[in-house]
Amino acid sequence: MQQIINFIIRNKNFLLFLLLFCLSLLFTIQSHSYHKSKFINSANFLTGGVYNTVNDISSYFSLKSQNKLLSEENRRLRMLLRNSGIQHELSFIDSTSYNKAYRFYTANIIKNSYSLTDNILTIDKGKKDSIKPDFGVISSKGIVGIVDKTSPSYGTVISILNTTSQISGQLKKTNHFGTLKWNGKDPAMVQLIDIAKIAPVKIGDTIITSGRSSIFPKNIPVGTVVDFKLDAAENYYEINVKLFNDMTNLEHVYVIENVNSEEINKLLENN
Amino acid sequence: MNTIFSIHTVRFVALVILQVLILNHVNFVGYINPYIYILFIALFPVKNNRIVLMLLSFLLGLIIDLFLDTGGAHAAASVFIAYARPLVLKSSFGTIYEHQTVKFNTIDFGSKLTYFTILTVLHHFVLFFLEIFSVSKILLVFQKTLFSSIFTILLSVIVTIIFSRKPK
Repeated sequence: MQQIINFIIRNKNFLLFLLLFCLSLLFTIQSHSYHKSKFINSANFLTGGVYNTVNDISSYFSLKSQNKLLSEENRRLRMLLRNSGIQHELSFIDSTSYNKAYRFYTANIIKNSYSLTDNILTIDKGKKDSIKPDFGVISSKGIVGIVDKTSPSYGTVISILNTTSQISGQLKKTNHFGTLKWNGKDPAMVQLIDIAKIAPVKIGDTIITSGRSSIFPKNIPVGTVVDFKLDAAENYYEINVKLFNDMTNLEHVYVIENVNSEEINKLLENN
Repeated sequence: MNTIFSIHTVRFVALVILQVLILNHVNFVGYINPYIYILFIALFPVKNNRIVLMLLSFLLGLIIDLFLDTGGAHAAASVFIAYARPLVLKSSFGTIYEHQTVKFNTIDFGSKLTYFTILTVLHHFVLFFLEIFSVSKILLVFQKTLFSSIFTILLSVIVTIIFSRKPK
């Protein structure tokens, strides 16, 4: 017993180092596995509050460019609405009885990040605004990511620029689908893998979400094909996709809730 | 004692704020950011307890991790250099360290630069290795370590020159 205590006292520096280092390794490993419970995230009172305050000030500097983006989107939606021929829906205001499959919420990005290999964003909406994990996040131009953790007033979003993120995507012109991943290199490019070899891929083709994952609805734009090659097994294409979205300049985003996702997931679990 | 304590508290808070609000948004050429919060660990008084330094480094790294959503990568890297610091001090300052008289204001520029360089490279390597967390991307780890280290060392030297008090 005496010797054990002596050993601990003699090596207290090293033991403390080992303890703290293993603790931080544990946090790191947890953060690298998708959707594991973790304590170290920026959706808490302290960091969310700080980022929110700073964003209140810094958002003024990008007002002009953000306004331009929003008015551009308004123009596009107005054009869609006028040309769709469904005029009577213009007077539809009551959103609670609007019984569609997807609900949209607005949110602001208060912390953006794109220089790491596992980027996580923070938004200023949380449980109080009925945002839950696994909701999709898009901007006016394309997809942004998936909600990961929520606190009462803040949420974290796993960006599409995250090596652990996997989102189902497909070609716009045909229904060949694959998985959108990121290789951690260029924040303007993502990779679409597992597209069958017989798919007629061409440079410049548009990639959209496939709506197979019960997170994103179908037809949300992702990007265009820049180049493609067969993978090592020569059965599937690996496609480099240039994002429509400028992930380095995000402010106003929309969070999408799939109203039927619970039902779909329950059905899938039973199989 | 009291003034030393308060100087280090101020330095701790100031470096965290500087790192989180400004330096993480530099993103020079897309991904190069300086991490100069390690100045707190580098400039901690030599005579003080090693255990206190390790606990404080862990706290410092964890706060940075909280803000950046990096899990525990910064905490691990900070604790690592806090533990390795006496060795680095010995190898870069030699006999002055043996006599326990290192004062960061008075030592010559060359050995100070060596000291910062070793600490920064160690810290950045552990940091990026844990952040990327994949052996197959080891080249990316080295690349990020190299570029970010240059940036960090440059900034740390500038900051220490600006904030150093002239020995009378």
